[in-house]
Amino acid sequence: MSEHSPGSPSGAEPVISVRGVDKHFGDFQALKDIDLDIHRGEVVALIGASGSGKSTLCRCINRLETISAGEILIDGEPLPEEGRDLARLRSDVGMVFQSFNLFPHLRAVDNVTLGPTKVRGVSKSEATKEAMDLLARVGLTGKEHSLPAALSGGQQQRVAIARALAMKPKAMLFDEPTSALDPEVINEVLDVMTELAEAGMTMLVVTHEMGFARRVCDRVVFMDAGEIVEQGEPEQFFTAPESQRAKDFLSKILPH
Amino acid sequence: MQIILDNIPLLLQGIGTTIALTVLGYAFALVLGTALAVCRVSPIPPLRWAATVYVEIFRNIPLLSLLILLAFGLPDAGVLLPYFWCGVAGLSLSGAAFVCENIRSGINTVPIGHAEAARSIGLGFFGVLRYVVLPQAFRTMVQPLVNVFIATVIGSSLCAAISVVEITYVTQQLNIASAQAVLLFLVAGALYLALSLGVAYLGRRVERAVAPGDARPLRTADRLQGAAQA
Repeated sequence: MSEHSPGSPSGAEPVISVRGVDKHFGDFQALKDIDLDIHRGEVVALIGASGSGKSTLCRCINRLETISAGEILIDGEPLPEEGRDLARLRSDVGMVFQSFNLFPHLRAVDNVTLGPTKVRGVSKSEATKEAMDLLARVGLTGKEHSLPAALSGGQQQRVAIARALAMKPKAMLFDEPTSALDPEVINEVLDVMTELAEAGMTMLVVTHEMGFARRVCDRVVFMDAGEIVEQGEPEQFFTAPESQRAKDFLSKILPH
Repeated sequence: MQIILDNIPLLLQGIGTTIALTVLGYAFALVLGTALAVCRVSPIPPLRWAATVYVEIFRNIPLLSLLILLAFGLPDAGVLLPYFWCGVAGLSLSGAAFVCENIRSGINTVPIGHAEAARSIGLGFFGVLRYVVLPQAFRTMVQPLVNVFIATVIGSSLCAAISVVEITYVTQQLNIASAQAVLLFLVAGALYLALSLGVAYLGRRVERAVAPGDARPLRTADRLQGAAQA
């Protein structure tokens, strides 16, 4: 990943910076004064029970949800209001959804080239070449011309990852990328994500896959009731959580 | 029967005018209705409101009233439009309201996640509509839009009330001359039927053409009968 040159000093400007963010849905406060910095090359797992606000935070970072207070900076630039600038900045942050959201009328390769050709103005032939490489990288050689309906869930999600990577994003957001998958194909998606992490991609992963969080992530952020309750190194967090809420959460999920 | 054979040129003129009214009225309705639908789903509230008001007004005025208002109201307002164009205007204004609603409901069949995924790769409002939402919505819109076309064919007969020499007007004139109402209106009905069936046939061709070859969904009737397992 050439854009993550090893020369960039650690402790420089975070790629994603969330500062004092609140989010209300009517009377319900989904996010409460969230502060979170994610640095270049860092892989952060965002965990917590359903309804704790982790998906909402993920969506706010890409401004699919507007925030009620605070600010979010991408590479030091504040996210603008709706408009052309927002669209540009948003494409700097790739997003992978729980329900894949492939464009069903487009073949796999065309799902991947749509952004580069229509947003970045890359020529069709060049974009296609890059898309082929990306699809090969996620293990989908031979499936380039399949329509999404002809692909398995795991394959669709890998196309979705390739589609996001085609924009050469500075960071990737994963919103429960394996929650809609059959158990036997979860690993093929996690493997692709692990390779991405090893290649130095900056990632925020909302996940229930504790094994992945523990093995691959640099940091675990635990949310409950719209707040960041605790964060730290995975080993530390999973073996000796500090907060009672994290202990309760882990005791519910880990025995299985 | 003689009355018909004697007046073939007049009937042909009526058919030509009906087709012209329908094609022009529908074409303008498509353009205006698409623009209205884009307004109805736009992020700008005043545009949404304006389009909603338009739809509620023009969907709920009887076409005949609208045509008469245009034919007799426009001159009062200082606009002198030939009756033919009053007819086209009425069909367009009314048809646009229905086109708008069909396109909007077609847009609503596209899962919100697809639009979000399109936004997340950096497409703006029009890019999302053009490359992701409308191509998917179009398939579900073909049949409803064919219905609007057929309604336009049939609605064009009301232009007889403002003296546009189309099929119904010609039929009325021949009836006045010959008093053979049943025969004449059976012929007129057959002509409208032929036009509508032609349009419906073309619509089915279009619907098949816009479905990707290996993703053609089963007809709903087949699905209801459990043909999906076949």
